[in-house]
Amino acid sequence: MIVLFGIFLLTLMVITALAIVQTQHLFVAVILAGIFSLLMAANFFLLDAADVALTEAAIGAGISTVLFLGALALTAEHERAASANRLLALGVVAVTTLIVIYATFDKPRFGDPEAPVHQHVAPWYLERTPETIDIPNVVTAVLASFRGYDTLGEVFVVLTAGIGVLFLFGAKPRRKAGPPRLAAHEPGDGLRHYLIPRVVGRLLIPFILLFGLYVQFHGEYGPGGGFQAGAIVAAAVILYALLEGEAQALRVLPQRLLNGLIAGGALLYGAVGVAGMLLGGSFLDYSVLTANPVTGQHIGILLIEVGVGITVTGVLISVFHAFAARGRV
Amino acid sequence: MALALVRALLGPSVYDRVLAANMFGTKTVLLLAVIAFLYGRPDFLDLALAYALINFIGVLAVLEFIRRRAITSAADHNTGS
Amino acid sequence: MPFLLDVASWVLLSLGGAFVFIGGVGALRMPNLYTRMHAASLTDTMGAVLIIAGVMLQAGASLATIKLAAILLFLLLTSPTASNALASAALLAGLRPGDTAAPHEDRGE
Repeated sequence: MIVLFGIFLLTLMVITALAIVQTQHLFVAVILAGIFSLLMAANFFLLDAADVALTEAAIGAGISTVLFLGALALTAEHERAASANRLLALGVVAVTTLIVIYATFDKPRFGDPEAPVHQHVAPWYLERTPETIDIPNVVTAVLASFRGYDTLGEVFVVLTAGIGVLFLFGAKPRRKAGPPRLAAHEPGDGLRHYLIPRVVGRLLIPFILLFGLYVQFHGEYGPGGGFQAGAIVAAAVILYALLEGEAQALRVLPQRLLNGLIAGGALLYGAVGVAGMLLGGSFLDYSVLTANPVTGQHIGILLIEVGVGITVTGVLISVFHAFAARGRV
Repeated sequence: MALALVRALLGPSVYDRVLAANMFGTKTVLLLAVIAFLYGRPDFLDLALAYALINFIGVLAVLEFIRRRAITSAADHNTGS
Repeated sequence: MPFLLDVASWVLLSLGGAFVFIGGVGALRMPNLYTRMHAASLTDTMGAVLIIAGVMLQAGASLATIKLAAILLFLLLTSPTASNALASAALLAGLRPGDTAAPHEDRGE
């Protein structure tokens, strides 16, 4: 039953991917990419990977679409005809595909209980988590504690990406002495004049924020955690910016605050690591944070997830503003 | 869901595709809710909720994009560029 | 009693599925964007109510039911709003409700 459903989803994904490549109208490609991300999230869901599915849905299907639309507003809508040698590219892709397929012959069958990962790695984590960390969501335990260094790296990658975008887009373009503006509506207005979306949207923003907080703190018990929560909170702020205009959103959450959030989250993560060192353990060892090692783990995980969430929120909102505030003036 | 995808691929105008994308999103939310239930994993409902709200924001972003484009192109026409 | 609940929930789920399917067919076969939107959003919302009600009956009284109710409330609020927003966008771009020959998208937009 699940196999059938999986095949159905994968078929739809292939069709969508082909359509994205084939179309020349970029707006269509953006919408189809959103559908593709959604299919991917459903696929992850089928594979029982709930945290990944949540992250893919929140970021790939939602925020990416908004950011792509922002980029489209600054550039052209039709793809220029490819000038490179198509046959060479096709050849390279075909060879690479064959090599990859050949490589998969050596892998153990998908889900095989005899595979090494199921004999050594997975049982180790499954046994250790209740004793050392004692939270129900093993994924969060692995991500935040056993493999804390990797997550530290991820936070710094997000931080760097945010810095990169701000460097490229941060300088305000000099306003051309522009044409006289259309009387009633300014571009910076947002959807202020459309009453229905505006009322419903404003009604929903507090609940979305609350849901984001729920996902953040619930990450230890169910799917969730810093990355997903950051995306959801950023989505709420982006919704506000869409409804009221970016100028208003920048007044509410000034860029300096956002910069503080971006740096602050990563700083928090690093500080927790250093605190572990100062209290006698190694870097990012949470067990020494309090008298009871298990409580120390809980506090450590909580703090670093908050750090991750803060940085992700700051970066996503800043990237949105970088694109949106630059609309042709 | 397959039907919505066909509309997304065929839709003569862009708005048809956005409509299809939105419909697709809603169906997925429903499907997730049902499956989450059938397979006994009630915590996956969080996923459905998150997706429903993301879908909504996506459609509003499309509206904003169209609106901006209409304003800037109207301004360009007004100055005869 | 549990049997009755099961039957009721299956009926609701099937009806919901039927509505969703009708919506899909409508979205494909209607001649014009606005009529397609009408077909899609009405049936979407009704289908959502039926399906979620069906699943809620299965869930009984638990946290899951409250979450399902939240999803339902959210869908009820946002689905019609999204349709409204989309219709506004289409109007703004110049698509009139009477056109049957939908403009080809490479209209130089």
